[in-house]
Amino acid sequence: MSWLNRVRQSIASITKRETPDNLWHKCAGCGQMIFVKEYEENQSVCPKCNHHGRIGPDARFNDLFDSGVYTLLPIPQVTEDPLKFRDSKRYTDRIKAARTATGETDALINAKGTIEGYKAVVGIQDFAFMGGSMGLGVGAAFVAGVEAAIAERSPYIIFTAAGGARMQEGILSLMQMPKTTVAIAKLREAGLPYIVVLTDPTTGGVTASYAMLGDVQIAEPGALIGFAGQRVIESTIREKLPEGFQRAEYLLDHGMIDMVVHRHDLRARLAQLIGYLAPAKAA
Amino acid sequence: MVSLLDFEKPLAELQSRIAELRETADNGSIDIASEVAKLQAKSDKLLRETYAKLTPWQKTQVARHPERPHFKHYVAQMIEEFVPLAGDRAFADDLAIIGGLGRLGGRRVMVIGHEKGDDTASRLKHNFGMAKPEGYRKAIRLMKLADRFGLPVVTLVDTSGAFPGIQAEERGQAEAIARSTEACLELGVPLVAAVVGEGGSGGAVALAAANRVLMFEHAVYSVISPEGCASILWRTSEKAADAAEAMKVTAADLQKLGVVDRIVEEPLGGAHRAPTAAIDSLAKALGEEIDSFSGQTPDQIRASRRDKYLAIG
Ligand SMILES: [Zn+2]
Repeated sequence: MSWLNRVRQSIASITKRETPDNLWHKCAGCGQMIFVKEYEENQSVCPKCNHHGRIGPDARFNDLFDSGVYTLLPIPQVTEDPLKFRDSKRYTDRIKAARTATGETDALINAKGTIEGYKAVVGIQDFAFMGGSMGLGVGAAFVAGVEAAIAERSPYIIFTAAGGARMQEGILSLMQMPKTTVAIAKLREAGLPYIVVLTDPTTGGVTASYAMLGDVQIAEPGALIGFAGQRVIESTIREKLPEGFQRAEYLLDHGMIDMVVHRHDLRARLAQLIGYLAPAKAA
Repeated sequence: MVSLLDFEKPLAELQSRIAELRETADNGSIDIASEVAKLQAKSDKLLRETYAKLTPWQKTQVARHPERPHFKHYVAQMIEEFVPLAGDRAFADDLAIIGGLGRLGGRRVMVIGHEKGDDTASRLKHNFGMAKPEGYRKAIRLMKLADRFGLPVVTLVDTSGAFPGIQAEERGQAEAIARSTEACLELGVPLVAAVVGEGGSGGAVALAAANRVLMFEHAVYSVISPEGCASILWRTSEKAADAAEAMKVTAADLQKLGVVDRIVEEPLGGAHRAPTAAIDSLAKALGEEIDSFSGQTPDQIRASRRDKYLAIG
């Protein structure tokens, strides 16, 4: 997506927000109504119940990088619709619709900049783009993000959000699991840290590959994180799932992640970790 | 007599007539013998025609056929002196994945694979080939062991997927799969994988991120089961046949996509009709693939595997 389109997209969303219907946001956690302005100023965290709402790449990058300054990395070109897939709709139509709705080319976008003075390359997976699903576009962007980090001698930080692999790309989406894993090995061999921030929701083949291979594993509060979907598990074992199952705090209790970090504290925490693991400051 | 799949039902009548005639053939009548031969030829022709144009969904049925050879049959026939190695050293021994040392045509190898079981008791024991984290962690342990002692690794993939359960999630199913895939990719010894039945999603790729991926002619390999795909994209699992078609799950399709390197032919009517012949052809193919790495250094073997996956897509 071109720069112009990105601008147009954000103008569109601003105008939309001014209509009375969009003045209020209903919290998915507590159900209370919050002023959109207040909600967004609070990084899309509910001021009443601390529910962490889903946010897109632009807001993430703005929150994360020093003074909101960053450079988007080019989107790698990949084969579009390699299987000529069609269910009730053509896959190409689904992609078009997702592009129009999000202003993005695919579900993973990288940017580079500094976080409290430390260089970093950051990838954001956008759940709004076909459920963040991992196909050729996501795999290629992940590899490109790692390569940029190696070139910059900086860590690679990935914010995951995905329902899993993109079924419409069949086996090729499954092959992104080993592909991204190879990229991580290269980052490791370059002596650079790989930090994963698991956001709501991260499931399926994404969890079972790059989302679980971080040198440090962080999750946002309440994020759903797992391999199998909850309905699949329920129908397989015919049992009720325990309270808080597959939530960030539950994973922390079971030793699967290092920490659960509130969105307000994320930037400082990431800077602190980079300071330990890759302390070379930006020039 | 093997159990017939739905689409093989036209064979049933021919086969029961052959069986009947054979029962009465004790008197040595030439008429009966020639009639049997005629019917058998007809039956073979029908079988050949049916199997020459199996749809992706029919292949899925063949790949899941309960009488298709399983890990233990492969090991019993093609591996000499198999020494099973158990456990992940952390929690349990998951019998959905079995592994151990052995010789394949005289070559020292580590062989690892999914075992589905083939009657009620053994299916439960092996959890229908659906591994838990401890299964993948055992596989990781065995791969690392093979790497240290220079043994090529052979994996046989046959799973509908990793087990979806509460305890599996609690013990880190996703992490175990990710680490197992990583372990495949780190090996300095050749890893040759064969999809012998069902290659189900992450549970399969965790053992199949290999230098060479072989696949039986009628095996299937996919990112999600056709039923699962259909229930999400078509909103009904009844559309599984359409999903199987759309996802390109067959060996021929996957070879075109560069995911499968070599297709191993099956005996007429599928591996379950002549398991001994099927296992022999697989053993031969695996041996050839392993030998093709002779003279390569660990770095070369690892680098070519990495390049292969970086190039996909
Ligand atoms: Zn709330």
